[in-house]
Amino acid sequence: MTNTTSETSPKDSPQGAISDFGIDTTSQSTGEAVRDYVARLRGGELGSLPALLGVVVLLIVFSSLADTFLTLGNIANLLAQGASVVIIAMGLVFVLLLGEIDLSAGTASGVTASVMALHLINGGNLLGGMGDTVFYLFCALLALAAVLAALMRIWAGTALSAVALVISLIGVPANPWVEMLLAVCVGTAIGCITGYLVARVGIPSFVVTLALFLAWGGVILQFIGEGGTLGLRDDVIFNVANGNLNTAGSWALFVVAAGGYAAVVLGRHFSRLRRGLVASPTPIVLVKVGVVLVLSAVATYALTLNRSKSDLVVITGVPFVVPIVLVLLVIGTFVLERTSYGRHVYAVGGNKEAARRAGINVAQIRMSVFVIASSLAAVGAIVYSSKVGSVDPNAGGGNTLLMAVGAAVIGGTSLFGGKGKLRDAVIGGAVLAIIQNGMGLLDQPAAVVFIVTGLVLLLAASVDALSRRRAASAAR
Amino acid sequence: MSEPILELRGINKSFGPVHVLHDIDFEVHPGQVTALVGDNGAGKSTLVKCIAGIHPTDSGQVLFDGQEVHIHGPRDAAHLGIEVVYQDLALCDNLDIVQNMFLGRERGKFGMLDEADMEQAARKTLTSLSVRTVKSVRTQVASLSGGQRQTVAIAKAVLWNSKVVLLDEPTAALGVAQTRQVLDLVRRLAEQGLGVVLISHNMNDVFEVADRIACLYLGRMAAEVNTKDVTHGQVVELITAGRSGDLGIARPETATI
Repeated sequence: MTNTTSETSPKDSPQGAISDFGIDTTSQSTGEAVRDYVARLRGGELGSLPALLGVVVLLIVFSSLADTFLTLGNIANLLAQGASVVIIAMGLVFVLLLGEIDLSAGTASGVTASVMALHLINGGNLLGGMGDTVFYLFCALLALAAVLAALMRIWAGTALSAVALVISLIGVPANPWVEMLLAVCVGTAIGCITGYLVARVGIPSFVVTLALFLAWGGVILQFIGEGGTLGLRDDVIFNVANGNLNTAGSWALFVVAAGGYAAVVLGRHFSRLRRGLVASPTPIVLVKVGVVLVLSAVATYALTLNRSKSDLVVITGVPFVVPIVLVLLVIGTFVLERTSYGRHVYAVGGNKEAARRAGINVAQIRMSVFVIASSLAAVGAIVYSSKVGSVDPNAGGGNTLLMAVGAAVIGGTSLFGGKGKLRDAVIGGAVLAIIQNGMGLLDQPAAVVFIVTGLVLLLAASVDALSRRRAASAAR
Repeated sequence: MSEPILELRGINKSFGPVHVLHDIDFEVHPGQVTALVGDNGAGKSTLVKCIAGIHPTDSGQVLFDGQEVHIHGPRDAAHLGIEVVYQDLALCDNLDIVQNMFLGRERGKFGMLDEADMEQAARKTLTSLSVRTVKSVRTQVASLSGGQRQTVAIAKAVLWNSKVVLLDEPTAALGVAQTRQVLDLVRRLAEQGLGVVLISHNMNDVFEVADRIACLYLGRMAAEVNTKDVTHGQVVELITAGRSGDLGIARPETATI
């Protein structure tokens, strides 16, 4: 930018002003864009670059150390292992964007998993599965959640809580799809309660969710019974995390996902160019789209090869978790980037007071992110329960939640709010999944795995803090 | 003189036991810059927040375009065409200029954003205000200087075909060149026919851009005068003592606090 523009007299024709913008905004050469990007990196806006580099480094390290790491079977396994943490982390990104935290997402997901298992095992008779008192309390809480959501005019929360209530009260017969719907709806209801306590009652989210973390842990124990385990013997539920698309389906997924991505990105880019709006240089956009197309084509091809270790069975196709994560990622990214709701989430996370003065219903936004987080945590619960094939009293406990928060933070989501994208959760989740998987292949004891995971998280948090400091000093 | 676009009659406002505004009468005329001056704690910012609907008033009338109106919140004020540029800017650092200018009133259908439309409108507004210091309308606000932020905040207020713009100390934190830019911008707003209210502590700024000066003293309107009828010294006396010769509150003894 030149200094002369700021000193030109205000009497210049408006035409001159337009061209002032025109030069700087709409047409940027590739070289300029690259230099701009480097400047932003040096200014501290790293985004998910450190995490992406982390993925590459880890891939190189583990594939050189463990022969089995880069086998097809292991890669597919890695995807299924990482998926549940990624999904829970995607929900947490919404909460973290407001600078809040949801410590209860892990055990809340465990509650939804145990409700799902109870419903399946008891043939839809939750009353029998839970016992009278517990069942009526459960229904009362669902009703309360629906009312609280209605009070805050979060109609989706009301609707899904009501669905959960209806399914429970009517005793809809066991059906895997009903079970999964019930799990998600219970998750929504839990989120309504958490969100109301934070946004309307005004208790700090750390305290609310810490309390609920303990409480939900107790609820899981109550539902399952001490020492018990609820088995999930159902093909549909089993296939969520363990099944694969067939070869044709895999390529169809490639066409829809990668083709859709290319169509959307290119369509948007050229329409912006046509209308004279700010756009990245065409070569950069083409390279981006090309890289995504090639990588996803290679991945799809690799995953359609037989990866079975024995000659008796054939395992091919893209695991179901891939389209599940992709769909959630696309919907969530659309909501955050392209809707006014998403814009308001960023605004409240960036400057709550400014958002309030702009007429945004801050309390409603704050409550809604907890609803989203718990609902997605329930989806994560379905995936991890499916992977294990059963639900035990530890479901969602332990470090499930901390791994999810770690995934979001490693991916570049800021704990201070206002900064982060949904894809951060996917990239960060990949880092964590690769570490766990790779360390396991190297036969490292759990102690080492935990220490390394912790250090990586610490590294990611330091990168965030340091880049913030640079950004702050660069701004003024 | 033209009809006032915004008129306050007998506004009272208390925060608990503290009576902040006493029977304030205040007029804003289109095409004029009205400076609102007063010492710290005189009630300037409170008056602005009452007009903006952030604080409800205890009693009194608000007339907009000759019609009595009731402002219950920021949205009501915005709906009438009253926009406020706050002292502390009220911009979101993590959003870009376009996103900030349309915050809370995004354009688009079914909750989806029409980025292209918003970007064009934002650029048009900035151009109409002859703002050229902004590199790109897609620059994040975090990376703008103080003057540029103020410019964005003012442009945000103008974007909505607003009729009254209230500026709460827009030049307080700015350097010489940036103050110049903002004052030029304030003048341009009035030339476009808006009613502009400028709160400022800086007498040079006030005398440079204001057509009328309204002086608050301990929560009372001490005087509303034309800038050309008063001197620098008189205004300072009005601010510090509430009266100056014939102007101001008649007898300071009667001004109970």
